Amino acid sequence: MAKQYDAGVKEYRETYWTPDYTVKDTDLLACFKITPQDGVPREEVAAAVAAESSTGTWTTVWTDLLTDLDYYKGRCYAIEDVPGDDTCFYAFVAYPIDLFEEGSVVNVLTSLVGNVFGFKALRALRLEDIRFPIAYVMTCNGPPQGIQVERDILNKYGRPLLGCTIKPKLGLSAKNYGRACYEGLRGGLDFTKDDENVNSQPFMRWRHRFDFVMEAIHKAEAETGERKGHYLNVTAPTADEMMRRAEYAKEIGAPIIMHDYLTGGLSANTQLAQWCQNNGMLLHIHRAMHAVLDRNPHHGIHFRVLTKVLRLSGGDHLHSGTVVGKLEGDRDATLGWIDIMRDSFIKEDRSRGIFFDQDWGSMPGVIPVASGGIHVWHMPALVSIFGDDSCLQFGGGTLGHPWGNAAGAAANRVAVEACVEARNMGVELEKEGKDILTKAAAHSPELKIAMETWKEIKFEFDTVDKIDVAHK
Amino acid sequence: MSDVQDYNSSLSDAAQSRKYETFSYLPPLSVESARAQIQYIVDKGWNPGIEHTEPENAISNYWYMWKLPLFGETDVDAIMAEIEACHKAHPDNHVRLMGFDNFSQSAGTAMVVHRGKSV
Repeated sequence: MAKQYDAGVKEYRETYWTPDYTVKDTDLLACFKITPQDGVPREEVAAAVAAESSTGTWTTVWTDLLTDLDYYKGRCYAIEDVPGDDTCFYAFVAYPIDLFEEGSVVNVLTSLVGNVFGFKALRALRLEDIRFPIAYVMTCNGPPQGIQVERDILNKYGRPLLGCTIKPKLGLSAKNYGRACYEGLRGGLDFTKDDENVNSQPFMRWRHRFDFVMEAIHKAEAETGERKGHYLNVTAPTADEMMRRAEYAKEIGAPIIMHDYLTGGLSANTQLAQWCQNNGMLLHIHRAMHAVLDRNPHHGIHFRVLTKVLRLSGGDHLHSGTVVGKLEGDRDATLGWIDIMRDSFIKEDRSRGIFFDQDWGSMPGVIPVASGGIHVWHMPALVSIFGDDSCLQFGGGTLGHPWGNAAGAAANRVAVEACVEARNMGVELEKEGKDILTKAAAHSPELKIAMETWKEIKFEFDTVDKIDVAHK
Repeated sequence: MSDVQDYNSSLSDAAQSRKYETFSYLPPLSVESARAQIQYIVDKGWNPGIEHTEPENAISNYWYMWKLPLFGETDVDAIMAEIEACHKAHPDNHVRLMGFDNFSQSAGTAMVVHRGKSV
C-alpha cells in the first residue's frame, strides 16, 4: 500500500538512522566527526547529518511522496566513539551513487559539506574521510598525466624530483625573476616554482614572467643537458583568463603549469586538468586555503578528503606537507594521505586516519610535494619518508645559500643523490643521515657550506591536528 | 665577497657542465656501489637493461640498447659483465644501467655507470 501524507516534523532518526543497512559497493561512504549540542541524542544528530547532506529537510513535504525516498536517501549506518575525546563521535553515512553527477567532485562536496555544516543542532562537524566507489572514480578524469608519464617526459628515474619556490614571494620584476629561476635550474634543480600569490600583478605581469622564465629553462637545459621546468602559475580571476595563460604556456613550450585548486575553485581546476591531459601538459597543484578547512580537529574537512578530491578533479603534483619542516603535519597522517595520492589501492588503517578502503583502479597517481621550511639537513628524513615518487622543494633552502641559487641547488642535488645511493645500498637514512651528508660534502663545497649555514635550524612544535587515539 | 665561490658551469664547457640525471652530481660510482645498485634493481624485481650513447646525444630519450634488456637476470656478476662488455665496445660513450619495472611500465631507476668523454 502506498504511503500517506502526514504533514509536520518527524524525528530524523525514524528515516535516516538505519543500523541494519548493508553497505553497497556502489555507495559513496562518508565518515563525519560530530560534536553535538548538549542533550541531543547521538542517533538523532547523526541521522540529521545524513538527511541534511542528502534528501532531507527539516519538515515533511508532500513531494517526498512523488519519489522513492528509500532509494535516494543517505543513511547513517554506524556510530563509533572517538578515541580519547568524549565531546564528539564518528558517524558513518552511505549515499547512493545516483545522488551525484558523474565526474563532478563539485557536486559531491556541495552535498556533503553544504548546508549541513551550519546546522544548529551541531556544535561542530568535520568530514574525516570519503570512500569514493570505483564506479564513481571511473567517471572522473583524474590527473592529466600521472607519475610514470611525468618521469618519462622529464627523463628522471629512481630519485625524488627537486624543486624550489622563487623568493621573495612578491615584488621581483620578470627579468630578475627569470634570473633567479635560471640560477636554480643550472645548479641542478628539476623545477622552479611560482609562489602561489604570484599571478599577474603590476610589478610583474604574467606574460613577461612566462617569457623570461622560458628563456631560463631553455638555457639551463642546454647548459646541463637535463630537462627542466617551471610551474607557471595560471591561477587567474576568471576561468577564461586562466585558460588564456595556459594556452600561452603551451605555445612557448612550457612542460608544466600550476593552479591553486581551492582558491581557484574546483570547476576551474577540473577544466584545466582536462585541458592539460588533452594538450600533454603537466599540472602542479598548490593548496592555499587548505589549513582554513583542515586544521581544526573538530570542524571542517580533513586534508585526506581534499587529497581525494584533487586526485579526482585532476593534478599531477599536490603539496602534502613535509612532516619535518615549518608547516603543520602529523607523520602518520601524512603517510596516510601520500599513499592516497600515489597508490592504486589503500586499505583502511585507523592508525593513519584512513577510515575506508579506497580503490582507484587505473586512475593515475599524484606526486606529493614536500615544501616549506626544509633544508639539506632534512634530506635523509625526506627521502626516507617520501621515497622516489615525490618532489622535494627547498625555497629558502636553495636561495638562502651563501653563494647563491646555483650553489644552493647543487648542494641539494648532491644531498638527494647521496641519500638515494646510500638507501639503495641498504643504509638506514634517518640513522646514518649525518654520515651520508658529511661524506658527500667532502667532494661538494656547495653542500659543505649549506650544512654549516643551516645546522641549527629546527621546527619542533607539536602538531595541532593529531590522529585520534586514546591519550587520556 | 672573497668567501663566495663561483659556480663553474657554462654552455661552452661540456665536460664540466653536462649532467645525465641520477647520480651525475656524485663522483663516478665505485665498483662496490655499482654492484650494490645492481643488487637493488634485482631485489626490486626489476629487469636490468644496458644502454649507451655519445655524450653529445645524451638528451635523447632513446639511447642505443646494448643487446636486449636482461629479462629475469638476477646474477650481479653476469649483469656487471654485460656493462663492462658494453663499455669495452664503446669506451667513449656513456653507459647507463636501467631497471625496468613492467608493473609501472616505466623505469624504476636509471644511472650512468661509465661516463663517456665529452667534447
